[in-house]
Amino acid sequence: MTGATATHEQLAPPPVRSTRKLHRFERSAIGGVLVREMINFSSYWRSTTFSSTIEPTIYLLAFGFGLGSFVATVGNGIAYEDFVGTGMVAMAVLFASAMPSMFGTFVKYQFQHTYDAILAAPVDTEELVTAEALWMAMRAGTYGCAPLLVAIAFGLDPSWGMLAVPFFNFVAGFGWSCFGIAIAAFLKSIDNFSYVTSAVITPLFLVGGTFWPIDRLPEWAQVLAQMNPLYHLVELVRHAAFGFEGWADVGHLAFLVVFGLLTWRVAIVGMTRKLVD
Amino acid sequence: MPDSPFPALRLRGVVKRYEQIVAVNGLDLDVPTGTCVGLLGPNGAGKSTTMRLLTAQAIADEGEIEVLGYELPRESKQARAECGVVPQLDNLDTTLTVEQNLVVFSHLYRVPRSERQAAIDRVLEIANLTGRRDTRVDELSGGMRRRLLIGRGLIHQPRLVLLDEPTVGLDPQVRQELWALIDRLRSEGVSILMSTHYIEEAERLADTVMIMSHGHAVASGKPADLVAEHAGTEVVEVYGSPAKLAEVETEAKAAGHRTRRTGTSVTVLDASSNGYSADGVTRPANLEDVFVVLTGEEIA
Repeated sequence: MTGATATHEQLAPPPVRSTRKLHRFERSAIGGVLVREMINFSSYWRSTTFSSTIEPTIYLLAFGFGLGSFVATVGNGIAYEDFVGTGMVAMAVLFASAMPSMFGTFVKYQFQHTYDAILAAPVDTEELVTAEALWMAMRAGTYGCAPLLVAIAFGLDPSWGMLAVPFFNFVAGFGWSCFGIAIAAFLKSIDNFSYVTSAVITPLFLVGGTFWPIDRLPEWAQVLAQMNPLYHLVELVRHAAFGFEGWADVGHLAFLVVFGLLTWRVAIVGMTRKLVD
Repeated sequence: MPDSPFPALRLRGVVKRYEQIVAVNGLDLDVPTGTCVGLLGPNGAGKSTTMRLLTAQAIADEGEIEVLGYELPRESKQARAECGVVPQLDNLDTTLTVEQNLVVFSHLYRVPRSERQAAIDRVLEIANLTGRRDTRVDELSGGMRRRLLIGRGLIHQPRLVLLDEPTVGLDPQVRQELWALIDRLRSEGVSILMSTHYIEEAERLADTVMIMSHGHAVASGKPADLVAEHAGTEVVEVYGSPAKLAEVETEAKAAGHRTRRTGTSVTVLDASSNGYSADGVTRPANLEDVFVVLTGEEIA
């Protein structure tokens, strides 16, 4: 090795430091994991932004104008393309959070061994999971707005309530991210993920209210909808666009908060089991 | 280094079980401050599990573990903040540049903002990667990646460094280069625990060596002392037909000597004592002889 003498001194450890006491939840630990995600994001944001803008545009054209030529208005006289445009926000949030966190978590754990490196640093599983979920939630909060912007470009009237949409998306996105992390923690193989996407995530659309109002569905489907986080976000976003409905919306938001808290704890338990022998 | 009131690392009676397997079985281990201890053992001896126990990525079923005076697993976060870890598996972010990888870890290890750039520059210098700071990791050679992996573990100037098989799978000349790097660290007074299954690596770098087999220590001490104690000063290697080798083994055992088999020869240990003689090549005893005799495993 060359230059050994030049840097000889620099290698020496500093005198024993008076290290401060580390806490259970450290902002700097969460910040460190977020920095990693942000730097990584800087290398792939273009493709993500492209697909999250193009997809809702295609859906809006297909459903809004395709199906919309048969269905003029829905419910309280909302134009069908506006109904779909607002409903798709929840779908975009789901796809920007649950899917990447399922696959991303598994890849980082199983193939890249990223989490081994992070947990060898002064970061605990709890902080790691929280930071990863926060990151995905921020992404979902932002990208979830794409369908709304596309819908506005196609004629949806902007409203002040829409400013709350990124926040609603963030809350739902946090829950979905934790859901995805938990799935990755409990499933043994990435092949099993297709069971989750086809048996859990796809049916959520049926009773999610994105493409058709659920109050026309049979009663069992309406009951299921009440347990579907997708549905609660769909409602919140529509009300943000067309007028809030007071306590009903508080209820929708409360559901999403509880969903987030539950999945958060489950994800932490699952990942701890997976990462710490 | 100021005298430290506690050893850098102290393990007592540590046991770690996985279902049916006992990976670590009553391990005692000390790393005195400022020394390099080599953990030598065949694959499956429990070296990697021991390393995981030290970062609380595995939790011991029994026994006590202290890292830099912190009790594990309770104070493991504090301990992790002050020690550097170089994993056996390369887990660098391959789509990021060399510098970006270091930036991430400077955050994870709480390097203060004002010192961050200096810390990164220092590591680039140590790892001899200053000219590569903007190169993506997946474009680096194997040796460069390993240097970065070691450098990454030094970003916060740790007092204790855990090296898990630091040169496994690398070319001999790359290995030499890494040895120089590790030796420099050691000469600076950083305490080091290094697991390895390369005898030469342990012999060159470690102040003391602990030989592990089946989850516990079978011998420990300075390499030269271990050789003297378990293999004597000289050994005789006898070559010949399988029948002849079997005969030599029987004779040697009768005369009170330990032997080890290599593919085509038998090595009779401690050959200079009580006048053992055989037709063979006499050579100085080495750590490999000790390793093989104590663990019953050949070196690949």
